[in-house]
Amino acid sequence: MSSGTLYDKVWDLHQVAELPGGSTQLFIGLHLIHEVTSPQAFAALKDLGLQVARPERTVATVDHIVPTTSQARPFADPLAEQMLATLEANCAEHGITLHGLGSGRQGIVHVIAPELGLTQPGMTVACGDSHTSTHGAFGAIAFGIGTSQVRDVLASQSLAMGKLRVRRIWVEGQLQSGVYAKDLVLHVIRVLGVKGGVGYAYEFAGPAIDALSMEERMTLCNMAIEGGARCGYVNPDQTTFDYLQGRPFAPAGDAWPRAVAWWRSLASGPEAVFDDEVRFDAGAIAPTVTWGITPGQGIGVDETVPTLEQTEPDERPLAQEAYRYMDLVPGAAIAGTPVDVCFIGSCTNGRLSDLQAAAQVAKGRRVAPGIKAFVVPGSEQVAAAAVAAGLDQVFTEAGFEWREPGCSMCLAMNPDRLEGRQISASSSNRNFKGRQGSANGRTLLMSPAMVAAAAVTGQVTDVRTLLP
Amino acid sequence: MTSAPFPTGPINAVSGTAIAVRGDDIDTDRIIPARFLKCVTFSELGPAAFADDRAELNGHHPFDQSAHRGARLLVVNRNFGCGSSREHAPQALMRWGIRAVIGESFAEIFFGNCLALGIPCLSVDHDTALAVQAAIEADPALELSADLETLELRGAQGPSWPLTLAAGPRQMLRSGQWDATGQLLANGAALTATAARLPYLQGFAAA
Repeated sequence: MSSGTLYDKVWDLHQVAELPGGSTQLFIGLHLIHEVTSPQAFAALKDLGLQVARPERTVATVDHIVPTTSQARPFADPLAEQMLATLEANCAEHGITLHGLGSGRQGIVHVIAPELGLTQPGMTVACGDSHTSTHGAFGAIAFGIGTSQVRDVLASQSLAMGKLRVRRIWVEGQLQSGVYAKDLVLHVIRVLGVKGGVGYAYEFAGPAIDALSMEERMTLCNMAIEGGARCGYVNPDQTTFDYLQGRPFAPAGDAWPRAVAWWRSLASGPEAVFDDEVRFDAGAIAPTVTWGITPGQGIGVDETVPTLEQTEPDERPLAQEAYRYMDLVPGAAIAGTPVDVCFIGSCTNGRLSDLQAAAQVAKGRRVAPGIKAFVVPGSEQVAAAAVAAGLDQVFTEAGFEWREPGCSMCLAMNPDRLEGRQISASSSNRNFKGRQGSANGRTLLMSPAMVAAAAVTGQVTDVRTLLP
Repeated sequence: MTSAPFPTGPINAVSGTAIAVRGDDIDTDRIIPARFLKCVTFSELGPAAFADDRAELNGHHPFDQSAHRGARLLVVNRNFGCGSSREHAPQALMRWGIRAVIGESFAEIFFGNCLALGIPCLSVDHDTALAVQAAIEADPALELSADLETLELRGAQGPSWPLTLAAGPRQMLRSGQWDATGQLLANGAALTATAARLPYLQGFAAA
C-alpha cells in the first residue's frame, strides 16, 4: 500500500467520510462541466429536488459539439444547438460560470482550466470526461467520471470513490530532438498496455519528467487513461509555479507565497512508498505512431508493423482485428504509409507549444496534393496567442486550414470527421474503430510535429528528417 | 429492446437469458458511437448499442440475433468499457435490456458508471468467460442466474461458475445503496469540515 506520495496526501486531505458500502466520500475541489455529460445530471438533480451545493466550485465551457468553421449561433446542427442552449440554461439557473463562445476563454475543458489557473496543485479535479487526467500535470488528483457522478458532485461537491494504488513511472535521460511528450506516453502505453494501469494512479517522475514543460506534462497525463490509469500526475515544482503565476484564477498577492509553500509540501518525498515502479529511458524513445485500433498498438516510426509471431499470444486476436480494420500489412514499415487527413489539435495536443512544434515543420513547406490538413487550437486563448505569433499564417501559407477552437476531429460530435475508409494522421488520443466519425475510418496517433510531417509528405514520415 | 424496469433497491441476483460479445478492449466508442451522444436525455440510446459493430457485421452481431432478444446478462472478455467516461455506454446497454455484465475485467470508469445504475460488473477468469460464452452461443435460451450472495453464476442445470466482485460494490448493490447521492448528502457537517481544512478554499491561510 502506498504512503507519503502526493496521491496519498491529497487523498487524505479530501476524505470526508467512509461510506456504508466501503468506499470513501471524497471532496471535489474543482468540478468542470461541458455540454455532453452534464444535461442528464442537471435533469436528475431537478427530479430529486436538489440544488447545486457549491456552484462556485463548478466551471463550464462548451467544446465537444462546437463547429470549428463557423461558430455563429444557432448552429446548423439543431442537436448541437440544443445541447449548448441546455448548458447555458443550466448554468444560468444554478449560478455556474460558463466560459462560452466568444468570451475569450472558451475552449476544450482540459485546455482552459489550466490556462485560466483554475487547475492547481493539491486539488481534486473531476469532470465528466475521461481525459480529466490531464489536470494531474499540476500535481492534482484528477479523474473522469460518469453522468451519475456529475450529478453527485453537483449535489454534494463530493464523490464516492475507491482509493487507487500508485505506480511510479520513472523516466531517466532526456527526449531526443523531434521526440515529444506524446511519443513518451505512447511508448509507455505500448510497453505497459492499455489495461496495465487499471487500478492505479500513475506518478510520472524522474529527470526526463522534470525537464518537461507544463504543456508537455499535460499531454503526458492526458493519456494516462489510455493506459488504463484513471489518473496520472506529476509532482509540482518550479515549472508548475512559474506556469501558474499571474493566471486569472491563480492565487495572487500575499496568498501566492503561502500557496507555493503548501504546493511544495505535497510532492512525493524521498520516504514515499509506491505500490509499483516501472523505469524507462527517454533517450531510447523514437517518434511513435499507432498502427492498430488501441493506443497501445504503437511502434517507433522506424519500425515495422508487428507480425503475429512478434505479438504476445493473448494480444493476437486484437492484432488480427487491427490488421483487418487498418488494412496494414504485418511486417511492413509504418513509415511511408499514405494518409488522407491530417489533424492537429485536441485536449492532448492543442496547446500553443504543440502548434509551434507543428509550425516548425510546416514552415516553408506545402501540404502534399490531395491531403486535407487542418489545425484546431485548443482554446480561444491558444488561438489568440498563435495568431499573435504568426502561426496561423505559417499554417495557411503551407496549405493547412486554420480553424476555431473545439474538440473537432478527436471524436465525431461535430462536423469534423473522416469519410469512408479515410486514414488520418492525428494528434488526438484515441484510434478506436469509428472514433473519428466514420464507422470504418482509420486513425494513426502521433505527435503534432509528426502530423505536420505527414501532411507535407503525404505519408507517415520520421519528423527528425525534416527538422533542422 | 425491453420494457423491464430499471434497477431499483437491493440487487441480490440477476437472472435471465444471456448474450456474449467477444473480444478484448471493447471501448465505449464501440458500445455507443459518439454521434449518439448528441442528446440531452439518455432515453433513446438503447437501439444504438454497438451500432457501428452491428453495421459492420451486417446482421450477424449478437445484438441483432433474435434468439438473444430480451437477454439480461452480457458476457464479455478483458478490459470491457475502456476509453471514454461516457455513461451513455452503460445507459445504452441498460436500455437495451442488460442488467448485469460478466467479464474477465472491466475499465474502471465503466465499472463505476454501471454501479451507479445498479448494474453489477462481475469478474470471471479467462476459461470461465470462454466457457460461458460458448454455452450461451450453443443455447441462446439458456437461463442463467448471477447470484451476488453466493457469487456464483448458475444455470437451471449443468455447471456453475464462480464470480468475483469486490466487497464494497457488492455490499452497495446488495444493500440497495448503490446510488450514492443520498449517502453523500447525509454527511453535510463532515463536508463543511473538509472544505474548511483545504488550504485552497481558505486563501492558503492554513498552509
